[in-house]
Amino acid sequence: MEGYAINSLHELSRRQWLVLTLLGASAFIGLWYFLAFIGVTPQKFLPTPLDVVQRFFTLSTEPFVGMTLFGHLASSFHRFLSGFGLAVAIGVPLGLLMATSKVVDRIVTPLFESIRFVAPIAWIPFAALWFGTGMGGPVLIIFMGAFPPVLINTYRGSKYVDVKYLEAAWTLGASRFRVMTEVLMPAAVPSIVAGLRVSAGLGWQSLVGAELIAASSGVGYMMVKGQQSIDTSTVMSGMLAIGIVGLLIDILLRKIQERVSQR
Amino acid sequence: MNAVKNILNVLVSVAGVLLVWLTLTTWTGIIEPNRFPNPMEFWVSLKQIALQGYGNGKLHQHILQSVILVTTSFLVASTAGVTLGLLMGASRRIEAFVNPVFLTLRPIPPLAWIPLAIVWLGLDNSAKVMVIFVAAFVPSVINSYAAVRSIETPILEASAMLGIRRWLHWKEVLIPASLPLIFTGLRLSLQASWTTLVAAELIGALLGLGSILNQAAQDIYPAMILVGMFSVAVCGWLMTVLLGLIERSAMPWRATP
Repeated sequence: MEGYAINSLHELSRRQWLVLTLLGASAFIGLWYFLAFIGVTPQKFLPTPLDVVQRFFTLSTEPFVGMTLFGHLASSFHRFLSGFGLAVAIGVPLGLLMATSKVVDRIVTPLFESIRFVAPIAWIPFAALWFGTGMGGPVLIIFMGAFPPVLINTYRGSKYVDVKYLEAAWTLGASRFRVMTEVLMPAAVPSIVAGLRVSAGLGWQSLVGAELIAASSGVGYMMVKGQQSIDTSTVMSGMLAIGIVGLLIDILLRKIQERVSQR
Repeated sequence: MNAVKNILNVLVSVAGVLLVWLTLTTWTGIIEPNRFPNPMEFWVSLKQIALQGYGNGKLHQHILQSVILVTTSFLVASTAGVTLGLLMGASRRIEAFVNPVFLTLRPIPPLAWIPLAIVWLGLDNSAKVMVIFVAAFVPSVINSYAAVRSIETPILEASAMLGIRRWLHWKEVLIPASLPLIFTGLRLSLQASWTTLVAAELIGALLGLGSILNQAAQDIYPAMILVGMFSVAVCGWLMTVLLGLIERSAMPWRATP
């Protein structure tokens, strides 16, 4: 009993860790198989793990609602890049501008604050109204998800820059553009990249939401079609694909973040 | 003095936003009325839904439906999530056992669970409870876990050396030290729950703020779309403020910023 608080934080040996991890994984898969086999629900509602993996591979080679899984993924990713790129292209310069100009700050902040609390997904009706089922709708939703973290982090990162550097730059007669690009921007890069990670996550997730409602291709659309025909293994394959791509995006940005903070 | 200044600032900002809005719609017509409503249309629609109702209910019925659903599911999910997170933080064995499942499910965004929830549970409340649960669970676990792990070892060693009992160790050391990060997790959980619920209601619901959006989109009724978005934002904001108040009263020893 005594000293348990310390004991419980002792590192496990490699073997213990491996055994427990394997136990945990097999308990999960075992329970899943068990539930699927005793037939609490028909198989179309709860396929076995193996069914899902098989479905994942068939979807990768055979088209489903117009495209293979990778086709849908490519279409989703294309939208993601456009929305995310737009958010970065507007958010970073605007954040820097707000940090250097009180006027811009005063104008943008209230507009931004009133829009920020609207969940990105709530823009879907306007997205549909303005862009139909075209490319613009999902891009708008991703933008709404990805934009706030980029702007906030750029702004905060620039605000933390030591005033001395700014004063030096201004007194030496640097233009606003040069202060933004040569003083604020380099100093704010770590904060900006941290913001990019958050906004990529939010953007990817908003995209999936948008595709569930207003799209005619993409992984989200594929899942909705699977849902409508009660094809649970297709829905689960979609979740798997979304999870993997989201994870890859995050790993990529984390590598960039590590590289940036090492400098 | 500061409070007065803050209120004045807010009033000026609101007036500014209204002014920009009026200029773009009513006065110059840069934005066409069938694309985005002007303030007058917004007001008329707000009155319509509050007094006569729209899409199966009046505004307060929609709000109650969404807010009650989100609060109860959020409470259940975050209680479960915080408990699991604390356990994972306090014991390496539990962490090793749970991690493979948790790490697999974690990258799947909450919104991606909606189709599965509909397949399993249909369009009624239980499907929404399921997606809110998933949305709120993950951030609670991650942050409470990180909270326990970030407690400095000397504190744990001191409490162990003094021969503290197990439940007192939790009550007096682990949980209070973890509270700040736990609340960070709760705030993320609440935001995720709210977004997910709105999305789920957009896809299929008879009542709720998301269903206003869906109905208004089908009727091509821009002013009502804006009323829906406005209500979503105000409710989300109010819940965040409320959680902030709870956070402050839960940790009286922290200096208020």
